Amino acid sequence: MSQKVHPYIPNMVPEVQEEMLKVIGANTVDELYSCIPDEIKLKEEMNIPKALTEWELRRHIENSLNQNTGANEYVNFLGAGCWQHFIPAVCDEINQRSEFLTAYAGEPYEDHGRYQALFEYQSLLAELVDMDVVNVPTFDWGQAAATSVRMAGRITGRKKILLAKSVAPERSKIIVNYGSPELEYEFVDFDLKSGLMDLEDLKAKLNHDVAAVYFENPSYLGFIESQGSEISKLLKEKKALMIVGVDPISLGVLAPPSHYGADIVCGDLQPLGMHMNYSGGQAGFIAAHDDETFINEYPSRLFGIVPTVKEGEYGFGDVAYERTSFAHREKGKESVGTQTALWGITAGVYLALMGPNGIKDVGQTIMQNSQYAVQEINKLQGVKGSLFESPFFKEFIVDFTQTGKTIEEINQGLLECKIFGGKDLSIEYPELGQSALFCVTEIHTKEDIDYLAASLKKVLEK
Amino acid sequence: MKLINRNCKTRDFHQAKWNEPIIFELHQPGEKGVEPPPVHEEIALAVGDGVSTVPESMQRKSKPALPEIGQAKVLRHYLRLSQETLGSDFNVEIGQGTCTMKYIPKVNEMLIRNPKMMDLHPLQPEGTVQGMLEIYYNLDLCMREISGMDYFSFQPSGGTQALFAMASIVRKYHEQRGEGTQRSEIITTIFSHPSQAATAAVKGYKIITLHPDENGFPDIEKLKAAVSERTAGFVVANPEDTGIFNPKIKEFTKIVHDAGGICYYDQANANGLLGITRAKEAGFDMCFFNLHKTFAAPHMCGGPATGALGVTEALKEYLPVPIVEYKDDKYALKYDLEHSIGKVRAFHGVAQTVLRSYAWIRSLGPAGLKEVAKIAVLNNNYMYHRVLNIKGAGAPYVKGHRLEQVRYSWEQLTKETGITTEDVQLRMTDFGLHYWTSHHPYIVKQPFTLEPTESYSKQDLDEYIAALEQISKEAYENPDIIKNAPHNSTIHKMDEQDFLDNPKKWCITWRSYLKKAKEHQSV
Repeated sequence: MSQKVHPYIPNMVPEVQEEMLKVIGANTVDELYSCIPDEIKLKEEMNIPKALTEWELRRHIENSLNQNTGANEYVNFLGAGCWQHFIPAVCDEINQRSEFLTAYAGEPYEDHGRYQALFEYQSLLAELVDMDVVNVPTFDWGQAAATSVRMAGRITGRKKILLAKSVAPERSKIIVNYGSPELEYEFVDFDLKSGLMDLEDLKAKLNHDVAAVYFENPSYLGFIESQGSEISKLLKEKKALMIVGVDPISLGVLAPPSHYGADIVCGDLQPLGMHMNYSGGQAGFIAAHDDETFINEYPSRLFGIVPTVKEGEYGFGDVAYERTSFAHREKGKESVGTQTALWGITAGVYLALMGPNGIKDVGQTIMQNSQYAVQEINKLQGVKGSLFESPFFKEFIVDFTQTGKTIEEINQGLLECKIFGGKDLSIEYPELGQSALFCVTEIHTKEDIDYLAASLKKVLEK
Repeated sequence: MKLINRNCKTRDFHQAKWNEPIIFELHQPGEKGVEPPPVHEEIALAVGDGVSTVPESMQRKSKPALPEIGQAKVLRHYLRLSQETLGSDFNVEIGQGTCTMKYIPKVNEMLIRNPKMMDLHPLQPEGTVQGMLEIYYNLDLCMREISGMDYFSFQPSGGTQALFAMASIVRKYHEQRGEGTQRSEIITTIFSHPSQAATAAVKGYKIITLHPDENGFPDIEKLKAAVSERTAGFVVANPEDTGIFNPKIKEFTKIVHDAGGICYYDQANANGLLGITRAKEAGFDMCFFNLHKTFAAPHMCGGPATGALGVTEALKEYLPVPIVEYKDDKYALKYDLEHSIGKVRAFHGVAQTVLRSYAWIRSLGPAGLKEVAKIAVLNNNYMYHRVLNIKGAGAPYVKGHRLEQVRYSWEQLTKETGITTEDVQLRMTDFGLHYWTSHHPYIVKQPFTLEPTESYSKQDLDEYIAALEQISKEAYENPDIIKNAPHNSTIHKMDEQDFLDNPKKWCITWRSYLKKAKEHQSV
């Protein structure tokens, strides 16, 4: 045999090809391309390096990866939308299963397990947010928020969306691009002392053309927005909807937004069992009450439970499939397609493992660790942590303005101590001076936090 | 030894059936699945319980009603559900045409589980992620060769998101030129994926849909009639879902360009074209590839995934940010693109998929990639000829060769036996084979769409064909066996529609089911 057969392409075997061509009635495979005009055929070989065998490939990729330094090697205090949390081994065991990893669009009769696992995910997350409807997950928090506001636009028939200025700017970019030109956006200020939404500014902007207000809790800037009920009351007067973005890992200790009047709740599943993966672990959820008006505006798939002809057997299928773009193209609700189903299954596994006590304990530990970090950092001269007076969950702002050093300088110093310092906020929020957003979770030990404080001291004294 | 005669063309298959309860039914108060890291005693002494700093109105009053389950029980439950899922690793997954279900190399899965990949935070200093950025950049270089485009973004995390990003670029481009309001229409074809029309509509465009001529080709005269000063863009797949390649594609893109529109190419599935023909030569300004289709990243039950978005030099400044650059011997993230649409997804998209697809390309090289395309087309045409010989099966439109897939029809079978494509679908389950019908448009009657890719051997294809042959035979001779199918599945026939479409009966969560079932009982 002159031609080398690739392990991934069994029918490269010449004898097999001949047999198949005979059935087709062609002499060569090239004949099958007669439908493509010569003028658009590629004449030369693509300039891509030659093939590697499996062992060579491993060496090549591992050489690249070895140039990285993971958050497992340094002490990491970066959060800002992707967070380092404890991941139970069972989560990885399940999402690495061949069956789940390689499944796709199987029907309920072949993929009963996939349907059940996603229905269970919806059900478990529903308990966390205390609402009756959760979708098969979308791309990420940004997309979940972007879709939530579009749903609100359709439900209310209004065009204006008010966004809290404390919403992550990167997320706002997603939301605004996704909604324009259909929707208009306006930002509502926050109070510089507390971080809380400026209710006077909200009242000034809240007219009858407002479809919804979107804010986050805990906010991107870490603080807990405690005015949820008041905001909800103001919105109800104008028949506008309240949409709240939430970090689900906070909901063992913090009130879910449905308790203070949210109509739609969205957020990111990444804290619930997904590795950071350089942002590959993000996944968005959208929760609502069991209200037909809301459900009919979801673009996502929603799996429902149904009986089968045999008593005692559960079956599952797509609820209100006719909403979707699969069924009605541009007349469907927005669009649906491959999003982040496996992370939904994984978040389900995580919640099943943690149970009501685990999810409470992890939330409490995060709050204790992050408060301890603030306490220690605050001891440093010229440093103010946390900048806002309001209580926070796992992220908080540290203001270094008085030290005369920039965040860039401080983070460079921390890097030399093998620490990834907090996210530099000086570009996104210049009004906050030389401030950084630090993230402390349950994975940080007392030693990690003490080491951060000691290293900061060293860097600032330089 | 006795000769064991396993002389059967189809498989005597039985799907795993565990009759698993819903996870909430495994609840046993006091059991525990895992212990999260506890707080250090001294921290607790220093700060107290942590929670009482929060105003009472913001504290959760009662614990969420999650089940309490021991670890082994949780594991066993999900392992059983996994067994009740027919992943593509287990079956000859050629029944999901348009989606390019191909072999997922295990070495790539091993590589993404490297902690120097899994534990990277997306905001780490560039100096600590040079290896990751190198992989992004190298994949960009490969994609440029494959497509002829000049720059790629891997931020879109699925085909629909890439299509949406392209529609956003079209809008921004015309807005920059002061024609944003005037150019209000996007043209597509009916056999292109529904997401093309849907995402352009999300971006506020009126959709003009071209129907094919009698041979299944997009109609050039209809395109000429459709373009105008209102044309913002033209989006199309080629080949479309029918597997028919439009040979006049270059004329199509010229007509649209002459009218001032942008042409963008849906190459979600490009499996028959690698190294054969490219977006650039056909005159496109943008294209995207689904890395989870042509480029061998797994579908993962429906994501996470990547829609790799490529543009020509003229549109570089419109890409979502950041993109990866190589400058002064270093890889860097570039955020300052003048007309950027902003972002479509957080940070850098799905890095694992980027790594997997780069690894796949490197394992094939340029000659191997071209073999992928050629064998995919060979496999498809072999199936095409064999399926057309099955009683009751057909494929509308042009005779002659197709590229990587075909949308077939059981119209004749249905007329002669009453067996529909949905009936066939349920019966295929009994052979351990996946079979899909079609999404919109439902123009081809009794449709099914097969795409054999390069991954399956002749033996695999013959097995799939044998199952179709057997079902056809049953339809004519013993249709009851089909009508009562599936016989060997995890579950029996569902009482579907009323429970899925009636708001009083649908239950999207277990808590909702408990409420509605209780109400029903009390009536």
